Amino acid sequence: MTLDQAIIEKLAEHVENAELNRAAIVKITDEYPDMDWEDAYAVQYAIRARKEARGTKIAGLKMGLTSHAKMKQMGVEQPVYGFLTDYGACPEGGEIAMDRFIHPRVEAEVAVVTKRPLSGPGCHVGAVLAAIDIVLPAVEIIDSRYKDFKFDLKSVVADNTSAAGYVVGGRSARPEDLDMPTLGVVMEKNGEIVELGAGAAVLGHPAASVAMLANMMAARGEEIPAGTFIMTGGITAAVAVEAGDHINIRYQGLGTLGFRFV
Amino acid sequence: MDPKTIRGYGDELYDALRRQRMVAPITDREPEMSLEDAYAISRQLLERRTADGETVIGKKIGVTSRAVQSMLDVHQPDFGFLTDAMVFNSGDHLPVSDLLIQPRAEGEIAFLLKRDLMGPGITNADVAAATEGVMPCFEIVDSRITDWKIKIQDTVADNASCGLFVLGDALVSPARVDLATCGMVLEKNGEIVATGAGAAALNSPLNAVAWLANTLGAFGIGLSAGEVILSGSLAALIPVQAGDCMSMRIGGIGGASVRFV
Repeated sequence: MTLDQAIIEKLAEHVENAELNRAAIVKITDEYPDMDWEDAYAVQYAIRARKEARGTKIAGLKMGLTSHAKMKQMGVEQPVYGFLTDYGACPEGGEIAMDRFIHPRVEAEVAVVTKRPLSGPGCHVGAVLAAIDIVLPAVEIIDSRYKDFKFDLKSVVADNTSAAGYVVGGRSARPEDLDMPTLGVVMEKNGEIVELGAGAAVLGHPAASVAMLANMMAARGEEIPAGTFIMTGGITAAVAVEAGDHINIRYQGLGTLGFRFV
Repeated sequence: MDPKTIRGYGDELYDALRRQRMVAPITDREPEMSLEDAYAISRQLLERRTADGETVIGKKIGVTSRAVQSMLDVHQPDFGFLTDAMVFNSGDHLPVSDLLIQPRAEGEIAFLLKRDLMGPGITNADVAAATEGVMPCFEIVDSRITDWKIKIQDTVADNASCGLFVLGDALVSPARVDLATCGMVLEKNGEIVATGAGAAALNSPLNAVAWLANTLGAFGIGLSAGEVILSGSLAALIPVQAGDCMSMRIGGIGGASVRFV
């Protein structure tokens, strides 16, 4: 830690206000270039505490930067994680108001719900597969609070890894009935295929992403409780959207999921 | 293009193939060359191969992804011929240094037909009904044109840049798999290098095979029972060389692995 609690609190208020007021800010490392990873997560957890104090329920956890190519590009060896809020839930098949966001982008993912607690260190794919209750098709709506997406990774972590909204599809499956690495995903925007990929784009296996989450949380002395909803990370690149755009995503073995921005 | 010129270019590409030598793009020398000319050259190249004793066992469809179509500035696929000299099985050693020039690997879905398909008027339903099964497949593309500096006519003339192909470990009825959403993972030397899904090939591999049947049908040519049809790449092309190993897996279908020597 390089920052004291007062500055952490001040930054949490600053970044959360950007979200609440939909007003983009410059990246916080401009003012605090020496901020370290612990500081960044401390800001994120302070934002989380502010929301919980206001009555917001934490709906789950999310992984970000789960592609090996993106990690290499950003010069880091670990993905990042954040939390999901109850008010971030958006209806499948419904309309999503653009004015909830600053400059949203969508990425296709698979999500899981756990039935047992997961704790690290040493959490692995086997433990995760044993702990997954169901696998669901999902979309994350990310919305960086930083102007023009100009940020570094520590600023992103402080900004709850750009988490803003999510949509979950209705068709779930047991993990043993799916081959998650080869699970294909095809994303269409306004009837045209814009992105496609397979589950292995997420750290080789979406379950490996959950294991990594458990291990990263263990470093903070925390575990993932049973019943946690987890977005495992983008299978596709994030696609920019605007009002009027219709997104439809097909998941191998997990049906389809669609919604419209208005 | 007159028949003699066409024969000349077909022979030139045949020699390039056999001697593993690159030739300058034909479109540099024949800027007016049409797609029809290009397919005529491709047939001359094939005739030279069949004269050597090679037998046609199927066809490949290329230029099926939006990325490659925009690179070549075309809005339709192309096709080439597969011969018995080009087919390998999963686990085989692939003699790329003896046979190819500048190979790149593609992960694809191969169709094995159980009935003839004669266009025009072939629909995706006809293709699915005529398919014995689909297989995971590597196509090792190669260009006899210097540094892959190809226009669409160059690649068509050069047998759609086909090199070799490797059939995987499973034959699965198309009724058992959603060919548009099946995901693919490509690994090179143990590292994931690309992922994709069936829809990368012309929005569905079935579209690609129907296109081929209808395109050939316009010339009175059919696809025959027993033929193998490679339906187009599902992810980026991966350059390979002797010493590399690659493996791939397609959700609901199976996998293939190969070692390049």
